[in-house]
Amino acid sequence: MTINVKAPELSRRGVLAGLGGLSFGLALGADGLRLIGEAEANTPTSGQQYNNWVRIAPNGTVTIISAGSEMGQGTSTTLPMIVAEEMDADWSKVAIEMTWGDEKLHGYTFNNQKMMAIVGSRGTMLYFNELRIAGAQVRKVLMQNAAEKWGVDVALLKTEPGFVVNPANGQKLSYGEIASFAKVPSPLPAVDPKELKQRKDWRLIGKGVPRRDTPSKTNGTALYAIDVKLPGMVYATAMHAPVHTGSPESWNDADIKKMPGVIGTVRLSNGVAVVAQHFEQAVAARNALKVTWKSGAAAGFDSAKALDDYAKLHHDPKAQITNLSKKGDVDAAFSGAAKKFSAEFRSDYGYHAQMEPLNAVVRVAADGQSAEVWEGTQAADATRSEVAKALGIAPDKVKVTQCLMGGGFGRRSLGDYAAECARIAKEVGRPVKLVWTREEDIAHGMFRPQSFQCVEAAQDSTGKVTGWKHCVVGEGGVLLHTGIQIPYYEVPNQNIERRGVSHGIRLKHWRAVGHVFNVMAIESMVDQMAVEAKMDPIDFRFQRMSITPKARKCFETVAQMCDWKAARPEGRALGISITERSGSLGAGVVEISLNRQSGKIKVHKVWVAVDGGTIVTPDPAKANVESAIIYGLSSILHERITMKSGAVEQTNFHDYELMRMSDLPEVMDVKFVEVETRPTGLGEIGNPFIAGAISNAFFRLTGKRLTHLPFTPDRVLETLKA
Amino acid sequence: MVSFTLNDKRVSVDAAPSTPLLWAIRDHVGLTGTKYGCGAGLCGACTVHLDGKAARACQTQISEVAGKKVVTIEGLSPNSSHPLQKAWVALEVPQCGYCQSGQIMKAAELLASNPKPNRAQIVEHMDGNICRCGTYHKIIAAVERASKEG
Repeated sequence: MTINVKAPELSRRGVLAGLGGLSFGLALGADGLRLIGEAEANTPTSGQQYNNWVRIAPNGTVTIISAGSEMGQGTSTTLPMIVAEEMDADWSKVAIEMTWGDEKLHGYTFNNQKMMAIVGSRGTMLYFNELRIAGAQVRKVLMQNAAEKWGVDVALLKTEPGFVVNPANGQKLSYGEIASFAKVPSPLPAVDPKELKQRKDWRLIGKGVPRRDTPSKTNGTALYAIDVKLPGMVYATAMHAPVHTGSPESWNDADIKKMPGVIGTVRLSNGVAVVAQHFEQAVAARNALKVTWKSGAAAGFDSAKALDDYAKLHHDPKAQITNLSKKGDVDAAFSGAAKKFSAEFRSDYGYHAQMEPLNAVVRVAADGQSAEVWEGTQAADATRSEVAKALGIAPDKVKVTQCLMGGGFGRRSLGDYAAECARIAKEVGRPVKLVWTREEDIAHGMFRPQSFQCVEAAQDSTGKVTGWKHCVVGEGGVLLHTGIQIPYYEVPNQNIERRGVSHGIRLKHWRAVGHVFNVMAIESMVDQMAVEAKMDPIDFRFQRMSITPKARKCFETVAQMCDWKAARPEGRALGISITERSGSLGAGVVEISLNRQSGKIKVHKVWVAVDGGTIVTPDPAKANVESAIIYGLSSILHERITMKSGAVEQTNFHDYELMRMSDLPEVMDVKFVEVETRPTGLGEIGNPFIAGAISNAFFRLTGKRLTHLPFTPDRVLETLKA
Repeated sequence: MVSFTLNDKRVSVDAAPSTPLLWAIRDHVGLTGTKYGCGAGLCGACTVHLDGKAARACQTQISEVAGKKVVTIEGLSPNSSHPLQKAWVALEVPQCGYCQSGQIMKAAELLASNPKPNRAQIVEHMDGNICRCGTYHKIIAAVERASKEG
């Protein structure tokens, strides 16, 4: 007998005030994240709409829409908690629903535009102020309604979690009671930032509220897009052109269509999709595809050779140059310098390797005029517009249900694979779940760009660093130069530039992306100057560079954490580096040892001091930094994408190796500097300092510098021999 | 048609004998707690118990499990009450959560045969399971906690 498991037909939420017809899928109750059914969707938790973020039901349930997206960082709890804090909600009565793809309702404001994309780990940073205002607005409406009911001046009333209180006579009305009679004014009352809660009155922010999604992630109930099943749904997988930007000419269509379970094939602009009754049938058919490809712009591309060419480009006066920062008189600083330094660095491509292979589920209406999408996305608004474009319909005809993401790391903000799924679903006329195999996820990846860099520095006769030149060469525009600025070192004369090339390789944001190689180059150069001056690297930064107070504090804190000047065991050495990212600043130290036979670097201890502004949820905040440390260690010690003849050479986790538990440092100590500034990004700050810190520690152990990322054992051995 | 016991219930899957157990469980039966990560036995996201031993469901054909007992994360305990699940919640181990079913199933195999593992034994046992969010230190702490409080 086969178990009949009810397909999670996701609810259509009917008509709610202000939200008519939108489709919801996930809700976070006190017991975690779950699907909501149609009946439930229209009854207790529905309640009255107060603004774009909050509904309150007469039973007291406060439903808060979670902005942003959940890829593991914990903001599905953090962001609603910010609303709950300001509205003084009883957290135990708060239910959370994930937002859907409508930037007008749920976007943050950036450059006067509403956007939903969460990249750079900026969810809390970008939403903090707006969500506080939204929460305060709801509180104001509730208090006004209570004041009218009691016939008293609203200025005399207060709130405590879940209640409006009249301190004069002790009268109380619960938010649920108020919801049963409340009138929500239009327009909603304005909130002056001065009316927001004082920091000392916070009950939730900074207090260690547990994540709501944890239980579901320990019992198999957490819902990712790859888990969604619709009635009549079929499965698709795709083979994309091995050469990026290539396209299919023809394939063995008749043979494929004879295979078990195969429903059809779909021509994509850059590949072929196979649709079958079951996923394993689709995979078998994909693996049997014999495609004749029309080659693309990346034909013949050889990543190692290209990297060599970047070095030539650095010296080519005719190269296309983008100036990124010019300060003071760099030529004068260098021509009059007492000491000059120059060093070159290289880095290879990096792959996101999110654990959940890319996937989406799409159902297109029979008339082709509307569609529903289930996707783990970092930008539900981008998914909506890309799917709309693929189907030739208006964006407001596309409903996006955000699912949990099995990792994002910057890859999932384009809506590209959801749009691909939509094209397939339209063509086969059935709901489709598209899942890329891991091999496809790598072969058709979008990578952290490879780079060549040259850093030059000049010191005056007093030893002060007065001149700075940094040139990064490669493909990828802004992806190539994130982290290249040095706002923490105020060097008076600077010239920072990018020299661009074009290969047609797919590139994308990647956990702190350009910071990974740029910060390595910057901090390796600073270390070289410290060594040359025979100074302690921290003292060098404090005495020979104009360091900002914020950076000084991070260095001082991390020095204390690791007992910087204490002797280390034989065969061990420390290295230090600083980095900024998404408004945060972090100084980190690693303690390493080296196996000189195998070339394997072992990182034993890691300490990081982070200025991340106000810490909203302390445990997940720390977990984010720890996660980025591991991501950094993994990428710096193991991960490497190479391309030959235009195609990616790696295929799965045997040749794109990720860090495993046995390489875990024995100590990983993260500390937040106590400040009262607004929250800044925390999910990436733990990553970019790793390469510089390891490289600098390696120099202390060996007297040699590692300059080509990743620091794989073969490269370490080469460096030792050089 | 292949029949086996899945979480104490008898199930029959009408699929080719070579079908990976992973897809039989996820798509044919509909239990989606077991995850697809690499399809090549390299990451451990699909770890289940086969007659009490951890197995990679993506590398196990359904013909191999005929008549055997398969347990997935959904069947590890009633009401998420396994000491590992409780420890995972108490220490807030998961981040994205995608690999955690496999991590817990792999760890459960260890505690079943060695109720008091030391750190080195935990690391050796768990080294085949990748966590891209890097929750390894919390996984170790949670296994230690479960072994103490189990």
